[in-house]
Amino acid sequence: MELVEKMLSGNQLALARLITLLENRADDLPEIMRTVYPHTGNAYCLGVTGPPGAGKSTLVDELTSVMRQRGLTVGIVAVDPTSPFTGGALLGDRIRMQKHYLDDDVFIRSLATRGSYGGLSASAKCIVKALDAFGKDVIIVETVGVGQTELEIIEAVDTILVVMVPEAGDTIQTMKAGLMEIADIFAVNKADREGATQMAAELRAMLSGRQIPTYWEIPVIETEASNSIGIEELYAEIEHHREVLSETDQLSARRRKQREGELIEIVQRRIKEQIIARMKKEERFSSLVRKIADGEIDPYSASNEIFSDRALLQDCFQ
Amino acid sequence: MGKREIPIRVLVAKPGLDGHDRGAKVVVRALRDAGMEVIYTGLHQSVDQVVATAIQEDVDVIGLSILNGVHIPISKKIIMKLKEKGVEDRLITVGGVIPTKEDEEELKRIGVHGVFPTSTPFDVIVDFIESNVHPR
Repeated sequence: MELVEKMLSGNQLALARLITLLENRADDLPEIMRTVYPHTGNAYCLGVTGPPGAGKSTLVDELTSVMRQRGLTVGIVAVDPTSPFTGGALLGDRIRMQKHYLDDDVFIRSLATRGSYGGLSASAKCIVKALDAFGKDVIIVETVGVGQTELEIIEAVDTILVVMVPEAGDTIQTMKAGLMEIADIFAVNKADREGATQMAAELRAMLSGRQIPTYWEIPVIETEASNSIGIEELYAEIEHHREVLSETDQLSARRRKQREGELIEIVQRRIKEQIIARMKKEERFSSLVRKIADGEIDPYSASNEIFSDRALLQDCFQ
Repeated sequence: MGKREIPIRVLVAKPGLDGHDRGAKVVVRALRDAGMEVIYTGLHQSVDQVVATAIQEDVDVIGLSILNGVHIPISKKIIMKLKEKGVEDRLITVGGVIPTKEDEEELKRIGVHGVFPTSTPFDVIVDFIESNVHPR
C-alpha cells in the first residue's frame, strides 16, 4: 500500500489521509491494518477520560508540554460526540491544545463518535495503531465527556487517567461501579475550587477500602490545568505507572487482553454485517417484520426462523 | 444521520488579530446541524496554525472567518502555504466582512472557492459545501 509506505516514511499528509480512510471504514481497512500492524507495539498509550468540562483537553495539552520537554513525540486522538439526530459534530478539543499546533512532533486528530456509545469511535483503536506505526512515542486518547459506563477506553490504552472535578459528588458517587473503578490515576482538576480537597479525600477514602489485591496504589493528584499546577506530579505518576506495569508483566497482560477484545470485536462486527446484509436480501425478512408488526409472530420466534435456515447461514460465510 | 453516509469534515478557523467569533460560532452550529463534522480552532490563529490543523484533521473544507479587513492578504498566504505543503484539493471558503464586490472577485481570483459576506443565509453556505465537496 503506497499510502501506508508514505505514512511510515513520516509523511503527515499520508498519515492524516490514512486516518480518514480508517475512520470512514473504507473497504481496504483490513488491508491497511495488515500492513500497519507489524510496525505497532512501540508507543505507550495513555487514556484520559472523565465527565464533560472536567478539563481533559487542557490537561492533555499540559501533559503534552511535559512529554515534549522530555523529548517524547506525541500523538493525540480527541473524541467528541456525534449528534444522534443530524450526524453532525462539533469537534472542539483542539481549542485547548493550541500550544502544540506548530510542533511537528505533535499530531492531533479530532474524531466524532459516529454512533458509538462507549466514549470512543469505532475506529479509534485502529487510529491509535496508525499513530503508533507512524512512530509516536506516546499516544494520548481523550474520550468524549463520559458518565458512569462509557468505558471502552479500557480496551484501548495502557494507563487510564480519570479526571474529576470538585463538584462531582459525595462518598456514594465515588463508591459506584464503572468509571470509578477503571482509573489507574485520578486527577481532581480545577483544584482551586471549593470542595477539591474534599473530593480528593473522598476518592482516597474510597480507594483505601478496595478489597482487590493490587500491584499498584492508585494515586489522586490535585491539578489546575489552566494554571499549569500539579502537572509535573501527575506526569510523574503516569511514568511511575508505566514502570510498574512493565516490571510486573501487567503491561503485556493488559495488551494481551486488548488483543483478545480486539479480535472478538472484529469477528463480531463481521458476523453482524454479513448476517444482516444477507438477511435483508431475503424476501422472507420483510414478511417476518410485517408479521411481527401485525402481532402474528413474536420477534424471538422470528429470529429462530432465520437461525434455523441453514442455507442462509452457510451463504453468509462463504 | 445526515444526507451523506460519510460526514463532510470542515475546519472553521479565525486567522489573525480578530477578536469576534460570534459569527464563526453561529456558522459552526449551522454546519453541525447540517450533518457535518466541524473542527473549530478558536481565535487568533496564525497562517501556519490554520494550515497545520487543516492537514492533521484532513478536512474537506477550510472555512476562514475574517472580519478585520485583511481577508485578501491572509487568504492569499493560507492558500500559498497550503500549496507549499501539497494541499490543493480542498474547498476553501471565506466568510465575514467582505465589503465590496471587487474584494469578492479578488478572493475568487486568488483561489477561494466560495465567498460568503455577512448576512449570507446558512442554506446558501450549506448548499455550496454539499454540492462542491466530492470524494477525494
